[in-house]
Amino acid sequence: MDPAFLAVQALSGLSSASSLFITACGLTIVFGVTRIVNFAHGSLYMIGAYTAATLVPRLLELSFGPATFWAGILASALIVGLIGVLIEVLLLRRIYGAPELFQLLATFGVVLVVQDLVVQVFGPQDILGPRAPGLRAPVEILGRRFPSYELVLIAAGPVVLGLVWLLLRKTRFGVLVRAATQDRDMVASLGVNQAMLFTGTLFLGAFLAGLGGALQIPRVSANTGMDLSIIAEAFVVTVVGGMGSVPGAFLAALIIGQLQAFGILIFPKSTLVVVFLLMAVVLAVRPYGFFGRAEVIGGTHAVGIASHKRMPRGTLAAWIAIAALACLPLVGDAYLLKVATEILIFALFAFSLQLLIGVGGLVSFGHAAFFGLGAYGAALAVKWYGASMEAALPLGLCLAALGAALIGAFVVRLSGIYLAMMTLAAAQILYAVAFQWVEVTGGDNGIVGVWPSGWASGPVPYYLLTLAVTVVAVFLLRRIIDAPFGYALRAARDSEARAEAIGLKVRQHRWLAFVISGAAAGLAGGIYAFSRGSVDPSLLGISTSVDALTMLLLGGIQTVTGPLVGAGVLHFLRDLIMPLTPFWRLLLGLSIIAMVLIFPRGLVGTIRYWREERA
Amino acid sequence: MAKTSTIRWLALGAALALGAPLGAPAAQAQQPPIKLGELNSYAQWAAFTVPYRNGWQLAVEEINAKGGVLGRKLEIVSRDDGATTGSATRVADELVTREGVSLLFGSFLSNVGVAMADYANQKKIVYIAAEPLTDAVTMAQGNRYTYRIRPNNFMQVGMLVDQAKASGAKRWAIVAPNYEYGQSAAAVFKRLIQERVPGAQIVAEQYPALGKIEAGATASAIEQAKPDGIFNVLFGPDLTQFVREGNTRGLFEDATVLSLLTGEPEWLLPLKDEVPEGWTVTGYPWDEITEPKHKAFVDAYRAKYNDTPRLGSLLGYMVVTMIRDTIERAGSVESEALIKALEDAKFDTVAGPVTMRGLDNQSTMGAWVGKLVLKGASGGMTDWTYKDGASFMPTEAEVKAVRKD
Repeated sequence: MDPAFLAVQALSGLSSASSLFITACGLTIVFGVTRIVNFAHGSLYMIGAYTAATLVPRLLELSFGPATFWAGILASALIVGLIGVLIEVLLLRRIYGAPELFQLLATFGVVLVVQDLVVQVFGPQDILGPRAPGLRAPVEILGRRFPSYELVLIAAGPVVLGLVWLLLRKTRFGVLVRAATQDRDMVASLGVNQAMLFTGTLFLGAFLAGLGGALQIPRVSANTGMDLSIIAEAFVVTVVGGMGSVPGAFLAALIIGQLQAFGILIFPKSTLVVVFLLMAVVLAVRPYGFFGRAEVIGGTHAVGIASHKRMPRGTLAAWIAIAALACLPLVGDAYLLKVATEILIFALFAFSLQLLIGVGGLVSFGHAAFFGLGAYGAALAVKWYGASMEAALPLGLCLAALGAALIGAFVVRLSGIYLAMMTLAAAQILYAVAFQWVEVTGGDNGIVGVWPSGWASGPVPYYLLTLAVTVVAVFLLRRIIDAPFGYALRAARDSEARAEAIGLKVRQHRWLAFVISGAAAGLAGGIYAFSRGSVDPSLLGISTSVDALTMLLLGGIQTVTGPLVGAGVLHFLRDLIMPLTPFWRLLLGLSIIAMVLIFPRGLVGTIRYWREERA
Repeated sequence: MAKTSTIRWLALGAALALGAPLGAPAAQAQQPPIKLGELNSYAQWAAFTVPYRNGWQLAVEEINAKGGVLGRKLEIVSRDDGATTGSATRVADELVTREGVSLLFGSFLSNVGVAMADYANQKKIVYIAAEPLTDAVTMAQGNRYTYRIRPNNFMQVGMLVDQAKASGAKRWAIVAPNYEYGQSAAAVFKRLIQERVPGAQIVAEQYPALGKIEAGATASAIEQAKPDGIFNVLFGPDLTQFVREGNTRGLFEDATVLSLLTGEPEWLLPLKDEVPEGWTVTGYPWDEITEPKHKAFVDAYRAKYNDTPRLGSLLGYMVVTMIRDTIERAGSVESEALIKALEDAKFDTVAGPVTMRGLDNQSTMGAWVGKLVLKGASGGMTDWTYKDGASFMPTEAEVKAVRKD
């Protein structure tokens, strides 16, 4: 291949890398200090782009020359920074005491709210921003034309890196940020005003997200899909670089930029999978990314099911609930039964996640992988082997368990946020396979015609089947949680070192937990496939994983019944709100935020807490 | 128990918050309204779907002002389809089983359209695909319950390839979003260009994921193959990014470019003054169409919304007026009666006369084909003609070879 082409391709990669770095850098700083996995970072990026695309043309009309363009970009970034402060003061500050995953859930609520607000504020049409004055014309590089603005972007990355480095090394604020990144509790003990520090950090992070978005306007039109398209990549960059490490993020962005630029030459359909493959490979070799440090001993996610007295008359209540559910077909119409079937499926799905998170302390961001494997396993068995439902469901379960065994083998070597991100990578790789391997999986059309056997078809029989399967599976999982195996997992969650010291094989136990949890999720996925009659890649997508997490967290990770209640409430809410208004994202987001604020331990957890307080 | 009381509490709160502003029901009409189910990607693809919603709302208002259909008012129950196949069929099921709608229409993405076609077949309810363009909806995945108004990929690509013959371009590059619509359009193009332009070959193909194009790298990868013709299927944010990069790098200067849908205002307006002049496109030159019926539609639309119509607006308006005609002729809203009324039915629409071909349930609506040109601060079409769809449809043999019914 001729060198000019390679040079231009490399430069394209560099400019993408620069944009990605500026955004991801904010995410990594925020995580380093606050330990919040900020899903709303992509939304801030999107707001930055929309603000700049609207603001900069107005400023240019004042004709003060090219400087106004850059002033407009900075002003937009500042505005986004202030929005970040707003989010911190109004929302995040109130839940620092809650389990960390809860903060993630709150930021996810913000994502939903912003999606609707952006359309309301800026209108439905994509907004193409102006080009930078003086940088419209291309430059010649080895006889090929290359956009001059991209050269500016290439320079912007290192400039931001330098400025952030100066800020972190040479200012008091920077010293505090670095100190907090290393040991938050110690910083607090030394009398540092944490509220100010966190607000400042959120401002900086949001400012960088806004800057990243605003700098995009000469290349990309501001559009409503920007938030989700950047957030996954920004996560990858921060994780590969090492959470909290700014230079690591820079290096990771560089590598990803080049991989994408050259990846599309070798395998044009690789754009989806290449970043997550990189993350999986890097984490397999270096468990803390390039420059990340092992997390402080004592674990940051050590919240979950504790040993407690059994509820008086708990068994009786369970039997009454099951009996009531079994009687539902007597009163409910077909649609209600369908909703109830879905709630049961999601309850099982969320409950399987409980075994990992609540019991094992293993936060999985990619639990959709197993749900999707179960669904695809069943659907593929029907499509390619003409299997009946009775044969397809166990096949789906086996495929999910196998996938969990394989993924688990890589994942259990990691811990904390890296573990979570490895599961996300696994799910995304599977998503890409389902999406791109059109011949087998049908691509994004999915597989249709996955209907249950005659005896189970129709809303009532299928509902009863789902109820039976869910009850049995939940009962078995419950037994596992209360068995010595469950106690061993809890011990490893609370203190890995002590668990090992008394002879527990921590990794082996965790791996087994993955297999069991994956199998249960796969069973849920299989039933789901037959209830809908089709599967598609979104079952493996991030939103499905987030759904499971949301249900679990809403219900409460410290309780056994939490995920079951959470699944019911979330699905019920969504079903109630969606038909009522076109602004269902806004309302659902606000409901999630409200529930996070009112029930910081989850619904069941908080209610139990209140009861214990009263007692 | 905590569980039920919490749910009930939430339900009550939500009902109060959301239900109250809707107000008390107005005085009941003598007859219940005819309920139609509509679903589309209002959040994800607002640029197309919001004008489309304006279009069908305008039509419903006009129809109801004239007394409705069969003496009953039309009521459209509209939902967001979530832009994924699973979510769309789920929403459709809600519309059918809970709302009890008589037929379904809508959806934007082609993969969603294919899933909806399967759903319609399963539940034996009429589904009118508004926007999904993949051939599959009326060909391989077609069924007697699924209809489509817009010209499909085969027809639109056919119109463009006819224009390409004169250019003499032989080395073609394809850039298309990697999902059902893009894959289908690319496959049709490969077939037609080789059939109709002797000696034509495909020298480069790029399939970026929808909404995730790396525009700079894609543009230079195409440039590297030195094509003299480019076939573009990108739309939305991918398109604007690709056009900017291509313009800057001079990718389009010596090449004939054929582009699906780029002349439609929803995708053209965001390009502002960077319209790639000279592209041969299918589109919608709404301001230059002089037929009185169309002019009346444009005037009514502008008066109501204080905005110019997009192709989505026209489509939304057309779909609902065609549904009205169908229900009137059927005399009922039963699926079988509707299917009978739709077979080879002729409609006098704002876009001209249209026939719903009984063979594959594909309408003969055409498309406006022309070249892009800069008009003042934004783009428009020039040298355009309206190509009636009838002469570009797949032949009976082709249809029968792939359709399963």
